Amino acid sequence: MSYLPMTAGIVSFEGNNGDKGEAYYARPNVDRKMGGVILIHHLPGWDDWIQEAARKLAHYGFACIAPNLYFRDGPGTPDDVGARVRARGGVADSQFIGDMAGCQKFLRAQPESNGKVAVMGFCSGGRHAWLAGCSLPGFDAIVDCWGGNVVVDDPKDLSPIRPVAPIDLTEKMTAPVLGIFGNEDQRPSPDQVNRTEELLKKLGKTYEFHRYDGVGHGFFAAERPAYRAEQATDGWRKVYAFLDKYIGPRITV
Amino acid sequence: MCSYIVDKVRLKGSAKGQAGWIDVDTANVFFDHPYHAMLDHALGIDFVNEREGAQQRIAVELSAESAKQLALSILVALKRGAAEHGEAA
Repeated sequence: MSYLPMTAGIVSFEGNNGDKGEAYYARPNVDRKMGGVILIHHLPGWDDWIQEAARKLAHYGFACIAPNLYFRDGPGTPDDVGARVRARGGVADSQFIGDMAGCQKFLRAQPESNGKVAVMGFCSGGRHAWLAGCSLPGFDAIVDCWGGNVVVDDPKDLSPIRPVAPIDLTEKMTAPVLGIFGNEDQRPSPDQVNRTEELLKKLGKTYEFHRYDGVGHGFFAAERPAYRAEQATDGWRKVYAFLDKYIGPRITV
Repeated sequence: MCSYIVDKVRLKGSAKGQAGWIDVDTANVFFDHPYHAMLDHALGIDFVNEREGAQQRIAVELSAESAKQLALSILVALKRGAAEHGEAA
């Protein structure tokens, strides 16, 4: 038994309006074809955690691009740039969709690509993953980890830059979706997760939802108090299996 | 949760960061995932100068309980200061 060699580093991609974006790209360093994942960071920004998660996906046999959605708002450290973007309310959904198209193009242009692409995100990135999966063709799988504001119960949570609740776009979802949720989370709440699942069933979509007791929001984050080892380990295994099924086979030693 | 909620407080004053003192005109206040603090959610305050483009910030990330104590302490200090200096707080 051994481990996959890995290559990781900063790359450029063509974002919305042709803007030159930066991203972290990690992949198994082997001469074989593999599925690609676009990994979306949460609202605070392009942080250490998202780079770690990208390497984790590469370690388990996928090519992963983690774009810096705030690349237009530099210069500065990722936390300062994230604060700047937060102060003006986040990035526009329309801009985000354009950036996703660029990341898809990047992944499929790599010599190691098997042509299949998933989008995955945590927290607001989960919402983004849902939004991308319903707004842009060309995804083979969607992974939503506790995306808040997929369901919008208070219209005040909509804005000119986030004009539509992603749940209202679900009919346009063309790829299978995996949802990972904590039963003690309030955003999304268990009731919102249930309503989301009911809609997926009603629309005949292919999906897998996994709900975990004893966890709230963000329970994969090993460096935070919300981390729950048992549930996080199982959740990651569900992610690898889902990606293996829909964008794999994943690369193994 | 990633809340998107930011309460902007217009203010007058100065704050000191690594680059020295700056005039600040805005505090962006939020409660969300912290970047650094070992907390799941934190009360964040970013002191910035929006008139000058808010390129620099002086930031804190506090636990909810700490933030409440800080808010009370600010009010207490203002009240005592007003009494001692004979000004309206």
